[in-house]
Amino acid sequence: MNDLANTIDDRTPQRPDTLLGADELVINMGPQHPSTHGVLRVKLKLDGERVIGSECVIGYLHRGVEKIAENRSYQQFAPYVDRMDYVAAVSNGLGYCEAVEKLLMVEAPPRARVIRTILTELQRIASHLLWLGTHALDIGALTPLFYCMREREEILKIFEKYCGARLTTHAFRIGGLQYEAYDTLEKDVERFCRGFEARIQEYSDLLTGNSIWLGRTRNVGLLKAEDCIALGASGPVLRASGVKWDLRKAMPYAAYDQYKFEIPVGANGDTYDRYLVRIEEMRQSRLICLQAIENIPAGPIMARVGKVLKPPPGEVYHAIEAPKGILGYYIVSDGGTQPYRVRIRPPSFINLQALDKMIRGHLVTDVVAIIGTPDIVLGEVDR
Amino acid sequence: MADESKAPQSPESPKPAAPGPSAAPPAAGAPASLATKPVAPAAAASPPVQVPLDNELSRRYRERFGAAILDALEDRKQAILVVEALQFREVARYSRDAEKFDLLEDFTAVDWPRREKRFDLVAQLYSFPNNTRLRLKCALRAEEQADSLFSVWPAANWLEREIFDMYGIVFRGHPELKRILLPDEWQGHPLRKDYDILQQDTAWVRENLGIESGQ
Repeated sequence: MNDLANTIDDRTPQRPDTLLGADELVINMGPQHPSTHGVLRVKLKLDGERVIGSECVIGYLHRGVEKIAENRSYQQFAPYVDRMDYVAAVSNGLGYCEAVEKLLMVEAPPRARVIRTILTELQRIASHLLWLGTHALDIGALTPLFYCMREREEILKIFEKYCGARLTTHAFRIGGLQYEAYDTLEKDVERFCRGFEARIQEYSDLLTGNSIWLGRTRNVGLLKAEDCIALGASGPVLRASGVKWDLRKAMPYAAYDQYKFEIPVGANGDTYDRYLVRIEEMRQSRLICLQAIENIPAGPIMARVGKVLKPPPGEVYHAIEAPKGILGYYIVSDGGTQPYRVRIRPPSFINLQALDKMIRGHLVTDVVAIIGTPDIVLGEVDR
Repeated sequence: MADESKAPQSPESPKPAAPGPSAAPPAAGAPASLATKPVAPAAAASPPVQVPLDNELSRRYRERFGAAILDALEDRKQAILVVEALQFREVARYSRDAEKFDLLEDFTAVDWPRREKRFDLVAQLYSFPNNTRLRLKCALRAEEQADSLFSVWPAANWLEREIFDMYGIVFRGHPELKRILLPDEWQGHPLRKDYDILQQDTAWVRENLGIESGQ
């Protein structure tokens, strides 16, 4: 007996502050882990199953997009931005085109701006749908993925009909649009939007009151509003923490100033609130699309811009509310045909910075839920 | 069509473009003088895009910091303050506390190899209460270190790591300054203008990927 007591004694905690009296354990999550949504590697420092620290290792998808920009003409670079947040390519393109338009001091014609708004809002729905499906899958709900993919497919078909591409669309051009809206665009969008209300209700029925869902997401990954702002987190993450702020309202671009919509906010800033905010955002996006197709102004779709773009020397910063948060472009021109510097402010990269704050104190199983909740796309984190 | 005719040109273009803004003759003088003169001379033909900024905001900054505010200008209706590098953090702190620019929206750098002060640090600030943006800039010499903004906005953490990674600018007071997107052992800072677009750390690629070239 004494011997046994001694052996146990030998293992007395060297660090009495850890739960099991054991040393901290460092494990790697990713880069090949299904729940990390790409090639994200998170080094977790664990006490038993509780996370006491973490570090993100990123850069596996780094392609040097900003360097490429300095070696392409303004138009040549436009398709590259689609490949950052590749599940919301239309939004990336909108931000870039509008930034260059600001640099050139031209404005896209009203018709182009309305069509841009419609496509961008559809893209927001598609992006949120993919997020919802995969996030629910991470937590163990298999069904929503199939539902979400089904509706996302309808949106991608609209994109395909409009510009021929589904994922990396390159839908917009600097100065407006290359393609006129196809004949049944309004009808297609309307059909989708009319049916979509019931679909959102379906997701909501599956998850919102589901006790497993509530148990896995409520009070998980809390982020207070001050922390969000200090860490730069934006988009649904910021709104879920109770900040009623949306760039579409604060500094309207495209045609957003013409439409009525609400900014959904959460109360606690947990994973569940972020889910509710995104569900409501899809409803609002649907309303914007319905308002926009009511009245698409006639007229040209392209502003007068030259074939060779030479913006006057200077710089401009333009940001839009992408599905993931503030997507900003800071472009410096030296008067030449190629940008002197293009800086992309990627929402995923900066939101990911808040991950450490969110997962501290949680269990490893919750980490899976929390990695999903800021809705990161590694193509954009790494650029 | 225009795009096609440009395509073959692009692989070669980094070479002339790399040393700096010389690629575009009419603008060659303009960017170099940006730091000191608000209005770019080359833009004289077209309507001026950069005008001196003289409003309540710039006056408050000038009153508070005097000569440390090197320049205040407006480019395409966006406010820019050029600040003495040594005062950059103080100006940032004042912006957050007194001017309510509570969000560091973005923080980045621009390389101007021909200037005496080679790097521009550029911070995009946003104020939630006032719904306004402000751009703070400061210029650094090639080996000069900058003060980290981490103590003002924790958001600067990864942004400064990215600047260090891409430009090699060292931030004093940063809690953990190391590369973020490139591997830790990588040699060189890719967004510097003297780093060619086809250049890479071939030794690293050979050693870690087992291939001769990453292209």
